[in-house]
Amino acid sequence: MTADGAAEPWAAAPRLHNRVLPVLVLLATAAATAMGFVVIAPNRLLPGVGVPLWQAAAAPATAGFAAAAALLLTLCWVRPRGAVHYGAAAVAGAVLLAAPAVAGASAAQLLGSAPPASVASLAGGFWVVGGCAALAAIDSLQRAQAGAAVQLVTAAVLAGGFLALSRIGAFDALSLSREYAARHDLFGAAVLRHAELVAAALGAAVAIGVPLGLAPLRRKRFEAPLFAVLNLLQTVPSIALFGLLIAPLSGLADAVPALRAAGIGGVGPAPAIIALVLYALLPIARNTVAGIGGVSPAAIEAARGMGMTGRQVFWRVETPLALPVLLAGLRIVVVQTVGLAVVAALIGAGGLGSFVFEGLGQYATDLVLLGALPAILMALGADFVLRLAARAMPRRGAA
Amino acid sequence: MSEPMIELRGVSKSYNGRAVVGDLTLAVPRGALCVLLGPSGCGKSTTLRMINRLVPCDGGTIRIDGEDALRPPVEALRRRIGYVIQSTGLFPHWRVDDNIATVPRLLHWPEPRVRARVHELLEMLRLDPRIYAGKYPHQLSGGEQQRVGVARALAADPELLLMDEPFAAVDPVTRDALQAEIARIHEATGKTIVFVTHDIAEALRLATMIAVMDRGRVVQSGTPLDIVERPASDFVRDFVGVQGLGLKLLAVRRVRDRLQTGEQADGEPIDAGATLAEALAAMVARRVGRLAVAEGDGRVVGAIALGDLVR
Repeated sequence: MTADGAAEPWAAAPRLHNRVLPVLVLLATAAATAMGFVVIAPNRLLPGVGVPLWQAAAAPATAGFAAAAALLLTLCWVRPRGAVHYGAAAVAGAVLLAAPAVAGASAAQLLGSAPPASVASLAGGFWVVGGCAALAAIDSLQRAQAGAAVQLVTAAVLAGGFLALSRIGAFDALSLSREYAARHDLFGAAVLRHAELVAAALGAAVAIGVPLGLAPLRRKRFEAPLFAVLNLLQTVPSIALFGLLIAPLSGLADAVPALRAAGIGGVGPAPAIIALVLYALLPIARNTVAGIGGVSPAAIEAARGMGMTGRQVFWRVETPLALPVLLAGLRIVVVQTVGLAVVAALIGAGGLGSFVFEGLGQYATDLVLLGALPAILMALGADFVLRLAARAMPRRGAA
Repeated sequence: MSEPMIELRGVSKSYNGRAVVGDLTLAVPRGALCVLLGPSGCGKSTTLRMINRLVPCDGGTIRIDGEDALRPPVEALRRRIGYVIQSTGLFPHWRVDDNIATVPRLLHWPEPRVRARVHELLEMLRLDPRIYAGKYPHQLSGGEQQRVGVARALAADPELLLMDEPFAAVDPVTRDALQAEIARIHEATGKTIVFVTHDIAEALRLATMIAVMDRGRVVQSGTPLDIVERPASDFVRDFVGVQGLGLKLLAVRRVRDRLQTGEQADGEPIDAGATLAEALAAMVARRVGRLAVAEGDGRVVGAIALGDLVR
């Protein structure tokens, strides 16, 4: 008939339009069926027994998850358009919020009939379901080509929903909540300290790394030795680097009392920030070289030829044209630094790592999570903001 | 004769001990369109870039408008000189209007004056301001980009315009239109233009003065007719004559110089300012041996015959 596919008879038959979503749904369903959703242990230290979703949760909750899975599978067969993708994202988002609420409710139910010292933790099944729901939501938003505003609203709705559920006590029975409640007063300070470590390290790393990256652009012979040193630094294991800084810094603080008075010593935030800066220098300097070095030579020649000063060429032409590459480097560095700052707790820098190492010492997985989860969220959040910033910049083509 | 707009005396430049430009002397009269013509590597671009000091010269003097060009702060000098390069060098992150406004803003013109000037230039380059002002360079064709490049170079109304192979990267049709544009702008504004090219046809079409360069020196300078008719050396003869001297001669001579006043001919008259090459083309196309000749105002002043072309 015509070249239009919709007019062909075979095109009327149902067709699978989305191959990612079914995989995620099947994975989540298998995990919810076969793996424990919550773990009930006799106390904080002993290992527990996993209880699958269909045994742990009330029947309506299980039915709700099954309905969501069926709905998502159905949407994969519908001809793709914006509304379909947003629908899938909404269902996946609902699952993402419902999973911890159901886990909390199940935990409360199960603990009611268990010995008093028992604790309920989130189990593998929960993490798989939650992870699949998050991936499904992100994938659907990408397919819908959602703009920055939609992404921001989605993030805000999820965060708001989570906070509201937590406020009405939906998660109280989970040991993660109990660990949080026990360290309620320390938690805010730890998050703040973590953010301070990251911000201080990033600020210093940009202030040092960008000029370091500019040096080889002005004098080519700096490039090889500079990156030899930075690459070497990157290969030092993080725990070792934190440890190696203790001796020289405490020596320095002994020699210069003013430094000690300013709070600089072998342990604490100072060596942690120094180590984080050293790790951040390589990606920042590399991306500065790639970004500024990649600016069209014709644009620079024209800028100079029209009488821009060196400073004007740098700020008005080179920097804005290199900004996408510079921001990409910054995203890598932010994620890396948030993660590495966890290790900084080892040398007394504080931050979320203090929960992680305390939990490791006590063999208390949920305490480790209390430190790790906020660190992951912090990294994802910073990455998200920088990605939006990069997208908000004026569109431009090749020079 | 008044003082030349540009005067290079004994100018030299070498890279790593190899002389690229050696003891070059050249004077460009005010209002001239001087083409620096030569094979690649002859030092023509280097010479051009020494005028706005993108390349610092090793020795000699350069005077612009009577003043020592090596003395003022380099940025101040460059803001007085328009500069157009082959790859346009438009700023990809700025819109067309902001690109054109570059030098006026560097000079801190009041914003209303900047906007008025941008508008005026877009119209001069036949780019509708309503359509083009808000576009980004990557949304333009190569020819449109180069028009914007020319508009940007003219923005602060410089007395002197330097153009470094500006049309080498565009297709022949676009190049033809851009060359006509430059000829028109040169005629309308009377600006002094120094234009670098290796294309002899482009040089003959645009130049009021050609300086042929070879191995870092000016080997001959003069009017296009001088260069074609009286080459000073075998090099100039070879370089200029590569693609057929006869057609080149036709391309630099005007109908006005050969017409028979008062004669009559049938058909659409040809402009007296057209080249003999254009007259020949018209004869071939119309299969006639004679053409009526009119002045710019449409008044028929005579005729030109095939035989007049070879006189």
